[in-house]
Amino acid sequence: MSRFIVGRALQSLLSLFVVSLVVFYAARLTGDPTVLMLSEMATKEEAAQLRAHLGLDKPITTQYALFLKQAAQGDLGESTRYHRPVTDVLTARFPASLQLGSVAIVISILIALPIGVYSAVHRGTALDVAGRLFAVLGQSLPLFWLGLILILIFAVWFGWLPAAGRGGPANFILPAVTMGWATTPAIMRLTRSSMLEVLESEYVKLARIKGLPEWKVVWKHALKNALLPVVTFSVLLFAEMIAGAIVTETVFAWPGVGQLLISSVNTRDFPMVQATVLLLASLFVLGNFGVDVLYAWLNPKIRYAR
Amino acid sequence: MSEIAIAAEAPARIFRRRRIGLVPWLPAVVLVTLIAVGVLAPLIAPYPPLQGSLGDKLLPPAWLAGGSWSHPLGTDLLGRDILSRVFYGARTSLGVAALAVLVSGTIGTTIGLIAGYFGGTLDAFLMRLTDVALSLPLILVAIVLVAALGASFANVVLVIVLLLWPRYARQIRGETLALRERDFVALARIANCSHFRIIRRHILPNVVPTLLVLVTLQSGYVVLLESTLSFLGAGIPPSTPAWGLMISEGRTVIETAWWVVVWPGLAIVALVLSGNLLGDWLRDRLDPTLSRTR
Repeated sequence: MSRFIVGRALQSLLSLFVVSLVVFYAARLTGDPTVLMLSEMATKEEAAQLRAHLGLDKPITTQYALFLKQAAQGDLGESTRYHRPVTDVLTARFPASLQLGSVAIVISILIALPIGVYSAVHRGTALDVAGRLFAVLGQSLPLFWLGLILILIFAVWFGWLPAAGRGGPANFILPAVTMGWATTPAIMRLTRSSMLEVLESEYVKLARIKGLPEWKVVWKHALKNALLPVVTFSVLLFAEMIAGAIVTETVFAWPGVGQLLISSVNTRDFPMVQATVLLLASLFVLGNFGVDVLYAWLNPKIRYAR
Repeated sequence: MSEIAIAAEAPARIFRRRRIGLVPWLPAVVLVTLIAVGVLAPLIAPYPPLQGSLGDKLLPPAWLAGGSWSHPLGTDLLGRDILSRVFYGARTSLGVAALAVLVSGTIGTTIGLIAGYFGGTLDAFLMRLTDVALSLPLILVAIVLVAALGASFANVVLVIVLLLWPRYARQIRGETLALRERDFVALARIANCSHFRIIRRHILPNVVPTLLVLVTLQSGYVVLLESTLSFLGAGIPPSTPAWGLMISEGRTVIETAWWVVVWPGLAIVALVLSGNLLGDWLRDRLDPTLSRTR
C-alpha cells in the first residue's frame, strides 16, 4: 500500500511539473503583454524598460527557473493587470469559488441521493429508467448552455432569481444548480450501485424479517451504510467541479477563480494565468490522488493491478 | 475516473429489457441527420453563414409575432440566419470531432499496440507518459494552450488530440496485453510472422470493437469540449459558424432574444446525447468488459 501511495505521489508531482511547464511556456506564446499595458504613445525605450522590469528580456529558460524558485517561496509574481501580487488576488477570489463549490456539491447530493436510492429500490420501473435517462442527459448538456437556459427561465421570464453577480443567498441558486449539474449524474449512479449492493446484504434481510416497515429499512438502515462511499467520493469529484467552476463563473459573472482565469487569459496577464492554473491544477491533481488512494485502500486489487 | 467510466452504464440495457427499442435507432437517425446536415450545409442552408443585414437583426422565429418564414429560426445580432448558421455549425463541430478523434485514435492505438505487444521498458515508459497525460486537468490545459497558440480550427484539433490520445493508448494497451498471450498469436510467431504483421493482422482486428466504442463515446465528448472552449473564447475564432460561439454571442441579448442562444444549444445536446446513447449501446453489444473496467 505504501509503495502504491509513493508511486502515485511521485506521479502527481510529475503531472504538476508538466502543468507548470505547459503554462509557463504557453503563457509566453500569447504575445507581448507590454503592448497591452503601455499607451500607444510609449516609446521603444519605455517598452524595453517595462520588459526589463518584468523580467521579460531574460532567456526563457532563465525565466522559468526563476519562476519555479520564486513559486517555491510562495511568490508567484505580480499581476500585470491589477498591479498586485497574484497570490493576493487569488486569495481574495478563492473564497467566492469555495462557497459556490460547496453549495453546488450540497445541491448535487440533495438531488442525486433520493433519485439514486429510488432507482435502486424500484429497479427497472419507469422512474428508474427516467432517472437513468436523466443521468445520460446530464452528461450530454453543455454546462454553459444549461446556465444560460436557467437564466432565461428563472431570471428573464419569471424574474424570480438574479442572473449574475454575488449578493445575497438568491444569487447562489442558479450558479450552484448549474455547477452541481456536472457532478449529479456521477453521484446518482454511485448511490444507485452502492444501494443495490447494501440491499442484498444480510442485515437488511434481517431488518426486513424483523418486520420493520420498508421505508425504514431503505432510508434508515440501508442508506446509512450505502452513504459512506457516496459522500467520500462526492467530495472528491474535483475534476468535474473545476471544469464546472470555470464555465459557471464565466456565465454568471461570479467573482471567483474560474472567471479570473478566463479574464486573465483574455488580457494576457501571464503571472495571473500561471498562478490560477497552478492552483486549480494542484487541487485537481490532489483530488485525483486522494480518489486513487481511497480506491486502492478499499479495493486491494487496484494496488497490484499496475 | 474518465468520462467513459462515468458515462452512463445502462440506458441501452434498460431499453433492451424494457423492449422500448428506441436505442440504437433514434440516436442513429439523429446522428446521421446531423452528419448529413453538416456535409450538405452549403446546399441546404437557405443563406451563406456570414451573410446578414443589420436591418434584419434579431428577428424572432417564424411562428412568433414579427418573425417570417424567410428566417425560420430567427436571426442573430448581425442579422444572420440562425438556421443556416446551425447547419454550418454542424460542419464545424463534426469536422473538429472527426479530425480530433481520427488523429488521437490513430496515435493512441499505435502507442497502445506497441506498448502492449512489446512490453518491458518501452511499455513502462509509454504507460508512465500516458499516466501523466491522463492526470492533467484537461479543460485547464486546453484553455491555456488554445489561448496561447491562437484560436483557430487547427489549434483546437491539435490541442484536443494532444489531450485525448492517452485514453486510447491505455485501453488498447490493456486489450493487446491479453491478446498477446492467446494461442493464435503464439502460432503466428511459430509461423515466423514479423512483429509488424502479427500486430496488424492478428491483434489490430481484435481491438476494433473496443476502438469503435471509444470513438463513438469520445466524439460526443469532443463536441462538448470544442463548444465549451469556443464559448470561453479559447476555441473556434469569432464569426466562424460554431455552436459554442453562437451561444457566446447570444449571451448579451438573452433578455430580448432567447432564440440566439437556444437553437445552437439544442443542436449540441442532440449531437452529444445521440453519441453517448449510441456509444453505450455499442459498448454493451460489442464489449461487455469495457463497462466494468474503465
